[in-house]
Amino acid sequence: MSRAIAVLTLGASLVLACNSGGSGSADSSSARRGSVSPAPSEPASYALGRPPEPQEIAAWDLDVNPDGVGLPSGRATAIEGAAVYAAKCAICHGAKGEGVAPNPPIVGREPREGFGFGRDPALVKTVGNYWPYATTVYDYVRRAMPQDKPGSLTPNELYGVTAWILAENGIIARDIVIDSLSLPKIKMPARDRFVRDDRLTTPSFK
Amino acid sequence: MAGSQDDRSLTRRELLVSTATALSAATLLPADADQAALGTQPTEPVIPADPTKVPGPPTSAASARSPFVQMARTPTGATAGSSLAPIHLMNGTVTPSDLHFERHHAGVAMIDPARYKLMVHGLVDKPLVFTLDELKSFPSVTRVYFLECSGNGRAAYSAPKPELTPQLIDGLLGNAEWTGVPVRTVLREVGVRSDAAWALAEGGDAALLSRSVPLEKLMEDSLFVYAMNGEPLRPAAGYPVRLLNPGWEGNTCVKWLRRLELISQPNMSRDETSKYTDPLPNDTARQFSFVMDAKSTITYPTYPVQLARRGWVEIRGLAWSGRGRITSVDVSTDGGRTWTAAKLQEPVLDKALVRFTHSFQWNGQRTTIVSRAVDATGYVQPTLAEYRQVRGSGTNYHYNHLRAWTVEADGRVVYEVAP
Repeated sequence: MSRAIAVLTLGASLVLACNSGGSGSADSSSARRGSVSPAPSEPASYALGRPPEPQEIAAWDLDVNPDGVGLPSGRATAIEGAAVYAAKCAICHGAKGEGVAPNPPIVGREPREGFGFGRDPALVKTVGNYWPYATTVYDYVRRAMPQDKPGSLTPNELYGVTAWILAENGIIARDIVIDSLSLPKIKMPARDRFVRDDRLTTPSFK
Repeated sequence: MAGSQDDRSLTRRELLVSTATALSAATLLPADADQAALGTQPTEPVIPADPTKVPGPPTSAASARSPFVQMARTPTGATAGSSLAPIHLMNGTVTPSDLHFERHHAGVAMIDPARYKLMVHGLVDKPLVFTLDELKSFPSVTRVYFLECSGNGRAAYSAPKPELTPQLIDGLLGNAEWTGVPVRTVLREVGVRSDAAWALAEGGDAALLSRSVPLEKLMEDSLFVYAMNGEPLRPAAGYPVRLLNPGWEGNTCVKWLRRLELISQPNMSRDETSKYTDPLPNDTARQFSFVMDAKSTITYPTYPVQLARRGWVEIRGLAWSGRGRITSVDVSTDGGRTWTAAKLQEPVLDKALVRFTHSFQWNGQRTTIVSRAVDATGYVQPTLAEYRQVRGSGTNYHYNHLRAWTVEADGRVVYEVAP
């Protein structure tokens, strides 16, 4: 109730303020009073923010680059990763990575020749036929998978799942050890298919 | 009685009720004024026979739409999904915040502003962490920009059918007044090193969504945004802070932004390799295709509208370009044989939605209406045939070909699948 009274009081004072506005408008055409300075120039610093603690950066700076920077220690083969995949990934992506609607497949190498995704809408993109960098698999799974428990896999589990996906796509052998040194060296089938945006070189449609 | 109403409107429960309940509560008559009229369903809005003879509901904490107005997005219920805005039911150019399109990759992150922080680090002289209050303490700017998912238009290109509304085709589109701090203002504080050329923007959602953005764009006009249409960002729009890259594909405008790492080469994250790349017919895929090309669509009359009578019809629609200002929109009412410059509603803003109108006399015969945008760079929105030839039938994202609508002889309007 007290808040209601406060609201009513505020409302009444607003009405008074509106009513008293008339006298103020009478001299609106009079001279601009007081000195008007230009806006201050931008300071060297607004002195906002603080330096992050090293452990703060370490906790968040988890991205993995194509050159392997950001990959942690740890290692696994596809054989070892198979159990992790079966336990934590297969329910959404299928036992063989074939996809479970609405989740698309992550395994598949068709088309074996060419890269006809622009010509053929029926082609389905997978890690094997479309992803240009193997490091992206590790980076993405660590960020976002499993969808109901993201960020829960250990480095060894992540290397194992990454290895399993790559092996199932026929890109590596099942007994190859995947770690911070070997993962960046894997050349994905679609690696050279990507080109930078050239649309802005012309006002014509590209 | 008035007192009891005030008490009721100030309870915590009332502040937390859903929009639907709030709507009902706001349109209810005072509880004991007309109990009989409320009947057995007290949540039904009561519309008096003569509103000039009965006082209406009192003031309320937040207003709701008229119960006669039905506007809704198209949520699919998926955690990783999108919901399209009913752009064909909107007027003007500003998108109501509660109807702005959504696209989430792991649901809507719910973030406590007291625990929020933005870390700016990497190739900088002085890495810094900012609280929300600190970000808001920087000099602010307010700008109007469109925001669009680069997958917008997919339904019309990949699965065209006559029964498509503008919402289902182009509803991953909004236009808002954004307030925030220019990214360059914050980068000036940390001191960007000369070897930095990109920045990895990372969200604090369950996907840790990440995109590499060229430093040049961040220094040009990108914003750390914390308000939208006068209020703090809604959670679905990235509360408390998102990145906004004006005119660029929505996916780069990372929501729930928690980290900006200055880097020398792009990170090649999933959303800039396996997603948000555009396969072309020459067996390549275009990558980092950030800019949204010029586009326009008629929003009225379109499916499911049926024109009630012959005579003057005002064609209304939206045009936009990530390359800059829209300079003209051409409209054809004869299937593209002849064109007329539509009227652009002022002000026409850079990288913002523009409303165009064009009146024509419908004579009761079947005809096709279509719009064509031109922007300040001279770019002309392509035809469907041009688009298909250049981009290929299997391409993905950036579908900006002309959208055509056919008015049947009985007045029904349908999407034209073969213009």
